[in-house]
Amino acid sequence: MSTTALEHSTLFRFATAGSVDDGKSTLVGRLLHDSKAILADTLDAVTRTSADRGFGGENGSTQKIDLALLTDGLRAEREQGITIDVAYRYFATDRRSFILADCPGHIQYTKNTVTGASTADAVVVLIDARKGVLEQTRRHLSVLRLLRVPNVIIAVNKIDLVDFSEEIFRAIESDVQAVAANIGLGDVVVIPVSALEGDNVVERSTHTPWYTGASLLDLLETLPTTDELERGLEPFRFPVQLVVRPQGALAPELSNADDAGASFRDYRAYAGQLASGGVSVGDAITVLPSGRTATVVGIDFAGRSLEQAVAPQSVSLRLSEEIDIARGDVIAATGTFGEVSQDLYAELCWLSTKPLREGSKVLIKHGSKTVQGLIRAVTGKLELESFEYQAASGLELNDIGTAQIRLASALPIEVYARHRRTGAFLVIDPQDGNTLAAGLVRDHPGDHEDERYSI
Amino acid sequence: MSTQITDTTIDLAEAAIGEQAAELNSLDLLESEAIHIIREVVAEFERPALLFSGGKDSVVMLHLATKAFWPGKVPFPVLHVDTGHNFPEVIDFRDRTVERLGLRLEVGSVQEFIDSGELSERADGTRNPLQTVPLLDAIAKNKFDAVFGGGRRDEDKARAKERILSLRDEFGQWDPRNQRPELWNLYNGRHTVGQHVRAFPISNWTELDIWRYIARENIELPGLYYAHDREVYERDGMWRAVGPVSEPRPDEEVIIKQVRYRTVGDMSCTGAVASNATTVHDVVREVAASTLTERGATRADDRISEAAMEDRKKDGYF
Ligand SMILES: Nc1nc2c(ncn2[C@@H]2O[C@H](COP(=O)(O)OP(=O)(O)OP(=O)(O)O)[C@@H](O)[C@H]2O)c(=O)[nH]1
Repeated sequence: MSTTALEHSTLFRFATAGSVDDGKSTLVGRLLHDSKAILADTLDAVTRTSADRGFGGENGSTQKIDLALLTDGLRAEREQGITIDVAYRYFATDRRSFILADCPGHIQYTKNTVTGASTADAVVVLIDARKGVLEQTRRHLSVLRLLRVPNVIIAVNKIDLVDFSEEIFRAIESDVQAVAANIGLGDVVVIPVSALEGDNVVERSTHTPWYTGASLLDLLETLPTTDELERGLEPFRFPVQLVVRPQGALAPELSNADDAGASFRDYRAYAGQLASGGVSVGDAITVLPSGRTATVVGIDFAGRSLEQAVAPQSVSLRLSEEIDIARGDVIAATGTFGEVSQDLYAELCWLSTKPLREGSKVLIKHGSKTVQGLIRAVTGKLELESFEYQAASGLELNDIGTAQIRLASALPIEVYARHRRTGAFLVIDPQDGNTLAAGLVRDHPGDHEDERYSI
Repeated sequence: MSTQITDTTIDLAEAAIGEQAAELNSLDLLESEAIHIIREVVAEFERPALLFSGGKDSVVMLHLATKAFWPGKVPFPVLHVDTGHNFPEVIDFRDRTVERLGLRLEVGSVQEFIDSGELSERADGTRNPLQTVPLLDAIAKNKFDAVFGGGRRDEDKARAKERILSLRDEFGQWDPRNQRPELWNLYNGRHTVGQHVRAFPISNWTELDIWRYIARENIELPGLYYAHDREVYERDGMWRAVGPVSEPRPDEEVIIKQVRYRTVGDMSCTGAVASNATTVHDVVREVAASTLTERGATRADDRISEAAMEDRKKDGYF
């Protein structure tokens, strides 16, 4: 890899999902192996373990390696030959650095898929070519649709075990497209692969001449990231993390300089990471929830003054007015935000063994703010197979449902379907502090439905 | 005619540069993510501290912290767990850095715990695993509720499953099977009395990212990260420095060799690699082409067992 090419390389986050034994670990191992991310000593150890366990290498062939061993990190996983928890992997090509969330398929698949998909620019869903689209495939695709993963890739794996049959591949491909259309997921890309043998993973395979699309790695190198897709389309949002007001506590190199210290004595800026959109010096901003307005007079980053910044840069903003702004407030481009709200309608992906009950008190973490919330009603449960809602009054681990939550104070929430960064929140248990659910803000259900709960 | 073409070319070139400026490369994105995490922890915890050994990952962490709070100074103390087997030049570098940034340094000493009989020296003489007790002691004494570490997920298979904010119980233990899901960039740092959180802002960086960032930001490191001549002998396929805690056996020949270190831990078990990379750019090239993971190459203690790191982390190690 040339080091000059690296200067322009960008970051791409993706996750894998699939049912047990579809070959996820093998596929990830294959990507790491073929992109030369596996270093010699790791490979030696894995080759030795593969031999110990009698993996491949029969009939005098050379020792094959069990690629799945490259990713099973915890001892319990190695002992049981399964993947328990999301593992993060890293590899790079000349064009991109990749962060891969390897999400296990069996137990707690919703929890793991939601976690992996929440930050993913793309998700690769595996299907076993011998089994075709399963109920679990539908469930995975539903979760991806809900979380609005921008790029969905279906890898029809073990294509070697069906003799690289185009007929079988085409049948699965049309099943997948039908499901995707049914749940409202845009176009998905379907690729025939053999994780074990490497077909269409890094290089296009000669075994599938009927497949004219790109290899998996080619796709991963060229698909747009979420930020690239949304840049210029989303309005500016900036959750304030903290107020930088060093006063006496200046960095030593500044306070020691003769009079430089004086110019920072009244320094006051708001530190945070752009959640969406961009900001330039001179822009009019509104602080939420207070509604106060000001103009951006400076964008600072570690001693450099920037003319503009875009998501997801971390910067500090200086404003024209001394207005009261604290952690948890959101700075937004003036005229781009509706109303802050104390009533939250949301989709909840329930991730805890502690079930959700109506009337329970929770904490809601949105951006840099945490407020108390009361679960006023659970209004439905999503049946992932049909992508339809059924009546429900509670949610259990791995359920996805809708709920109405009353907040102790108003938050600048937006609808997830239109603003993924400001439409996402966590539900936290106030007792033990654990994360109970991933929340996605929904549209206000409208007056009619609302009346049910106005007691 | 030709002038016109030149003008257009210049215009295009300028437009391209303007475009380029807004483009965030992988290091910009990793830096921005790390600064966001550091600021979250400082905002949500009462007594954070940063583990600082003078090693490259902790130096990068401290550099990120100075950027996160500019023009203010870094708003937390640093903590070093001193094995008593550290390279003197690294300790010297540590002290100079702390002085330069005006920070408070807390030191947990493995030697003191050995002297008082609370810890005993291991048969193999390695002190890295002994750091856990003084670390937890320093955390409890100082009531630190969040401790920044420079751990990276690419270092090891158990670390690959570690969260960015990782909860530790009253005994400092990590429960890998019961971790909080981490969603979007919303970090949940809630904890109860006695628990603390380890925060790993550079979780998503690789060794190569670290070196490229050190080059880009011109970050000073202890000299032993760069190729220099040193008295060494070979053991277990690594070059060991001759020193008070790493004496060669009679059959081990001492030679002078040009070497550099990829990690700077316990002198008794940290090996050097033969290298002529004298500048940071040489090192970047070397790491990009390297075929050994850094721990496997130079840390004898991590080779012991496949599960070595997992076991140590469960007990409260970094
Ligand atoms: N023939 C063939 N076998 C494959 C292929 N991909 C995976 N396998 C085999 O299928 C089995 C399951 O693969 P894994 O990678 O462990 O499956 P997984 O989906 O990661 O399963 P979990 O770790 O339990 O989530 C292993 O025996 C693999 O060697 C393939 O493309 N072709």
